[in-house]
Amino acid sequence: MAIFEYAPAPETTKAPIREEYGLFIDGKWTSPRSGQYFDTVNPATEETIARVAYGANEDVDRAVRAARKAYEKYWRKMRPADRAKYIYRIARAITERSRELAVLETLDGGKPIKESRDFDIPLSAAHFFYYAGWADKLEWAMRAGEEPRPIGVAGQIVPWNFPLLMAAWKLAPALACGNTIVLKPAETTPLTALALAHIAAEADLPPGVLNVITGDGATGATLVSHADVDKIAFTGSTEVGKAIQRAIAGSGKRLTLELGGKAAHIVFADAPIDQAIEGIVNGIYFNQGHVCCAGSRLLVEESIHDEIVVRLTDRIQTLRLGNPLDKNTDVGAINSKMQLDKIKELVSSGINEGAVLVQQSCDLPARGYFFPASFFTNVQQSHRIAREEIFGPVLSILTFRTPEEAVEKANNTPYGLSAGIWTDKGSKNMYIAQYLRAGVVWCNTFNQFDPSSPFGGYRESGFGREGGVHGLREYLAH
Amino acid sequence: MSVTVDAVMLEARAGSLAKRSIKTTSKIAGIHLAISCMDLTTLEGKDSEGRVRSLCAKALHPAPHLPNVPNVAAVCIYPNLVPIAKDALRGTPVKVASVATAFPSGQSSLEVKLADTENAIAAGADEIDMVIDRGAFLAGRYAEVYEEIIAVKRACGPIHLKVILETGELGSYDAVRRASDLALEAGADFIKTSTGKVGTNATFPVAVTMCEAIRDYARRTGRRAGLKVAGGVRTTKQAMTYLVIVKETLGEGWLQPDLFRIGASSLLDDLLMQYEKELTGHYAGRDYFPMD
Repeated sequence: MAIFEYAPAPETTKAPIREEYGLFIDGKWTSPRSGQYFDTVNPATEETIARVAYGANEDVDRAVRAARKAYEKYWRKMRPADRAKYIYRIARAITERSRELAVLETLDGGKPIKESRDFDIPLSAAHFFYYAGWADKLEWAMRAGEEPRPIGVAGQIVPWNFPLLMAAWKLAPALACGNTIVLKPAETTPLTALALAHIAAEADLPPGVLNVITGDGATGATLVSHADVDKIAFTGSTEVGKAIQRAIAGSGKRLTLELGGKAAHIVFADAPIDQAIEGIVNGIYFNQGHVCCAGSRLLVEESIHDEIVVRLTDRIQTLRLGNPLDKNTDVGAINSKMQLDKIKELVSSGINEGAVLVQQSCDLPARGYFFPASFFTNVQQSHRIAREEIFGPVLSILTFRTPEEAVEKANNTPYGLSAGIWTDKGSKNMYIAQYLRAGVVWCNTFNQFDPSSPFGGYRESGFGREGGVHGLREYLAH
Repeated sequence: MSVTVDAVMLEARAGSLAKRSIKTTSKIAGIHLAISCMDLTTLEGKDSEGRVRSLCAKALHPAPHLPNVPNVAAVCIYPNLVPIAKDALRGTPVKVASVATAFPSGQSSLEVKLADTENAIAAGADEIDMVIDRGAFLAGRYAEVYEEIIAVKRACGPIHLKVILETGELGSYDAVRRASDLALEAGADFIKTSTGKVGTNATFPVAVTMCEAIRDYARRTGRRAGLKVAGGVRTTKQAMTYLVIVKETLGEGWLQPDLFRIGASSLLDDLLMQYEKELTGHYAGRDYFPMD
């Protein structure tokens, strides 16, 4: 019998949600010319939360025109210090409404409230604060002889795993540099981007500086190929990233891509083992593994493989899976039915290829899209689960014998977004890190983010950087 | 060689456990547990017979006006006061724990420490809280610390031995882990964080580290040792976090007085206030609870 079971502790803050959302174009909420709407669903309950406008060709065109007008009329000409005031205002509003934004993010996307509350929303605000400070200091981001100039109209397409945060990563530097924006949130998670449009309007951001167009992949494709867009910033799958690059080839549009990953998480025998376990858990089960930089390929020194497996097996039993709005939930809902099917398909391929599946034993809620925290042992480098991005709470464990082999296996992937190293020996940490072909290498930690730190990929994980002065330069003509 | 500990990730883990939301029925269950796992403590130079008698009365019936409040696990006192407590608690389930081995500094000869222990046991102590020799530990004389615990354990015989590591003086989590491993190998029934007499007492990351040592030791040997957190635990919120740490690191099987204790004095009053609040929906003033 349970003697100290946690009672339900649901977050009680209510997020204001409208039944129907239009498109945010030129500072106004407008109906889609398409006349079409689509439902956005709570993945934890499968209930419809709201109806959202579907932006088609004509709507995208209206949004780009509004952005162009705002660029020429207000934003590029504004004193940089005044631009900063608007961005600070948005940052403060996000902070003031952090709890309701967290609830909205969790309702729409399925992530645990403790993550939206403690990670997504505060970090979103931090990005606006950080880049607001840059707005009147842009010359310090330039090389000698360069003048800071904005690029123009930016089309920004963000994914469903960190909806508001990814929007913040793209909006804040673009605004600080004097660009105007058409933002296309993901089909399954439009609500926080729409809330951000509200915040922008209340902050008196001049009409057209930020436009939000909801829709699906076709909406995004229309935005990408619109002739009057000067820059595309995309975060999402490698497949779509490649399609975007093909679509804009020869157009002269600037492009940054932040795509998939299959990060190596290397654990040496001399690692602080209990903290390494925490790092592994954070690396793969944070946000149900819907993380492009997730530590999804665990490379363990052979001598401690069994010990890691025993500890990890025990540890995942303590993860609490369920209602994402409960403050004690560690693993929330999978973002969509489609994603759940994809995870299941890859997991069965792992079993068929001969890997051994270990899962947390817990009852899944009767409704909603859920998948238990899982890992595979006996994984070989050639297995699909070792090569393809699962984008779910599923870890693949492989072994290595020497540091050279660890590096070789870590780099043996088309991706290169992040990597992790666990060893108690500082010199080994630094030595190994320099050989890993990944945009970020975390040493004795994982999933650490800061607005001042650039983030981005090698090879099929994309190019260009977000965050820091590097992220700023992506929105300046030079 | 002991398992190493990374401070940054350990503190992050402890911080996330401290964020568990303990409400309504789980809060009531947690308050019950915390009271029944408490070593109600007085360790002052000014402790007197009268003071110990009132402490014992409260240990037995913490709040007569509230329903279903259990007695605490033990009272924890200096050795010379053991006969008083023993007399006050005769025939009750409340144990008498005595500090010993030149508490709190441990700066004395092994002969004196053993005599101190034997005296406390002769006076009727059910449990002994000893301190390790931090001077020897920090000087790297681990074997000496280990042998001393073995000697005290031998003097204790069947009497429960809690080994105080005084983690606030050990300087690093690596040292906390090493001292935990050493005490467990030497036969400690419990490992205990602190004396309550130095600047830093029990902390969440230290408790996590000690739980990990206990868990690994049990996995290795099959013997289940206990954890006692002591010093600076004053609020219900802190107590709930320690319960969470034990539950999620060692498992619910450790949430019982034989394997978990909280050494505290003023904590009991806060637990009772929070308990009454959960029952009635409002807070009563301090004067509605007996002092001590």
